[in-house]
Amino acid sequence: MTTAVGTTPQSPPRPPAAPGRRRTGPRAWATRAPLLPALVFLIAVTQLPFVATLVISLFDWNSLNPDKRAFNGLDNYASVFTDTALRESVLTTILLTAGVVIATVVLGLGLALLLDRTFFGRGLVRTLLITPFLIVPVSAALLWKHALYNPEYGLLNGALSWLGELFGDTSPSQPDWIADMPLLAVIAALVWQWTPFMMLILLAGLQSRPAEVVEAARLDGASAWQTFRYLTLPHLRRYLELGVLLGAVYIVQNFDAVFTITAGGLGTANLPYTIYQTFYQAHEYGLASAAGVVVVIGTIVIATFALRTVSSLFSEEANRA
Amino acid sequence: MTTTTVPAPAPDARRFLRRARRRSAALGLLAWAAGLAFCLPALWMLLTSLHAESDAATNPPSLFAPLTLDGYRAFFGADTGVTPWPPLLNSLGASFFSTLLVLLLALPAAYALSIRRVRKWTDVMFFFLSTKMLPVVAGLLPVYLFAKNAGLLDNIWLLVLLYTSMNLPIAVWMMQSFLADVPVSVIEAAQVDGARLPTVLARVVAPMAAPGIAATALICFIFSWNELLFARVLTGVVAQTAPVFLTGFVTSQGLFLAQLCAASVVVSLPVLAAGYAAQDKLVQGLSLGAVK
Repeated sequence: MTTAVGTTPQSPPRPPAAPGRRRTGPRAWATRAPLLPALVFLIAVTQLPFVATLVISLFDWNSLNPDKRAFNGLDNYASVFTDTALRESVLTTILLTAGVVIATVVLGLGLALLLDRTFFGRGLVRTLLITPFLIVPVSAALLWKHALYNPEYGLLNGALSWLGELFGDTSPSQPDWIADMPLLAVIAALVWQWTPFMMLILLAGLQSRPAEVVEAARLDGASAWQTFRYLTLPHLRRYLELGVLLGAVYIVQNFDAVFTITAGGLGTANLPYTIYQTFYQAHEYGLASAAGVVVVIGTIVIATFALRTVSSLFSEEANRA
Repeated sequence: MTTTTVPAPAPDARRFLRRARRRSAALGLLAWAAGLAFCLPALWMLLTSLHAESDAATNPPSLFAPLTLDGYRAFFGADTGVTPWPPLLNSLGASFFSTLLVLLLALPAAYALSIRRVRKWTDVMFFFLSTKMLPVVAGLLPVYLFAKNAGLLDNIWLLVLLYTSMNLPIAVWMMQSFLADVPVSVIEAAQVDGARLPTVLARVVAPMAAPGIAATALICFIFSWNELLFARVLTGVVAQTAPVFLTGFVTSQGLFLAQLCAASVVVSLPVLAAGYAAQDKLVQGLSLGAVK
């Protein structure tokens, strides 16, 4: 699945090949040789399993019942589209991904704008801000589940008790966060984890703005809002696209948070978790594979956009070099 | 935004400057508040890990309870004798060897995509990238079945292979952008002097691209260290990694909050250290080298 790149990045001068001759023979192979180990390795380890998944998806195969394995064509796909649990997990995946991506982009943009200015201790604040991204995801999920959300001794309800004490409320409300709003609980933990990622990308975008243009706009009397609306935002557009699409690709695949915080219960099972459950606990190999193929097709649609965005940034870099 | 001071400003200009300075101080404070707010859960984790169990799970929270290292002692098996060293060493082994293999494969590939370019090099780059976009969960079952039949389950070398495939596209993209920054003239000069390709790579290219290569290695290490899904499905008791150990931590011994937080701190420390060290290069790895 390669997308054609519509630009021709300038490559550095190379020893000119004789014109009109096809480049075969030992010299061309010497050029290609360094690339081959990585290429062969990647095809073997990533593409072969997908082909196998495609094959398995055409079989009725439950590993608890291995003798009854039989070819059943597209039946698994029919089941995937009619299975309520799978259908719900499609919706959950969309809600989870969209919720996290939108919230992280908004927060990340705000933080990037704050950090784009000089102030005392800016480097330290940046370090503080990227910390959530550097906590091992499983630890982060466990931390939210037990140390923050826990209704009896979590920090959130602890803070509510404090506030209650301040205002003389002897029985402050103590919600059971995960039970009351399971999907939001997972989303909040992921937003905390992924906002730094968006901030870093958008901050890089802000810092690649040509300073003299912004200065010129200010001298021409543009307000801060006008500068942001007509200069910064258009410049940031591609970085925003990149952040949204890469974020979506990573978060669509999220397994750790769903697995740890809710174990897929209470309507939080997203597709990766459901597929994992279908073969790991229900042992329905054929069905799980069909679901996997459907997810791959869905991802290819998103990824095509993502690749196009990256390629436009990439060709700009290549042309600048 | 820097406010430029004008010599002998008029009164209204002075008022304007004062207001601008006040506003910038307020925004600086806001940035600090945001930074502290985002760090709060992590700081809370650290503080809880340093409390006794009886002070860890209280409501309202006991901020000023005496600090102790009991949580860490318990995590390292002071009372149970169950140590976290095997999973920690598994994680270290899987992450280290996969990072090594990634470098061995990605460095020559990046060379062929940046310095002496193969034809259609951009298409190759995008093929590498496209593999990163596919959901891993879809290819997991065949890998599991293959490992089961080949007797490779519960073995870190299988994880090494998978983590390598997971990180190889990122590494190729990053390295490509670092190697493309090495001036061609330098390489050609070395070749004119009669240096062979391995010599050129080792003596000329590697030192110039070293900081980039180090950052790439750190990022690959972080992603491998964090990985849970593969490790959970493909390892059992012997080869379980630190994240898998953490997920089983709560169920196997009830919940000891201080100990759990201590465990989380210990497992996250290598990533925090690596991430802080590679802060400037982090964004380049995360955006696959698209953003410099």
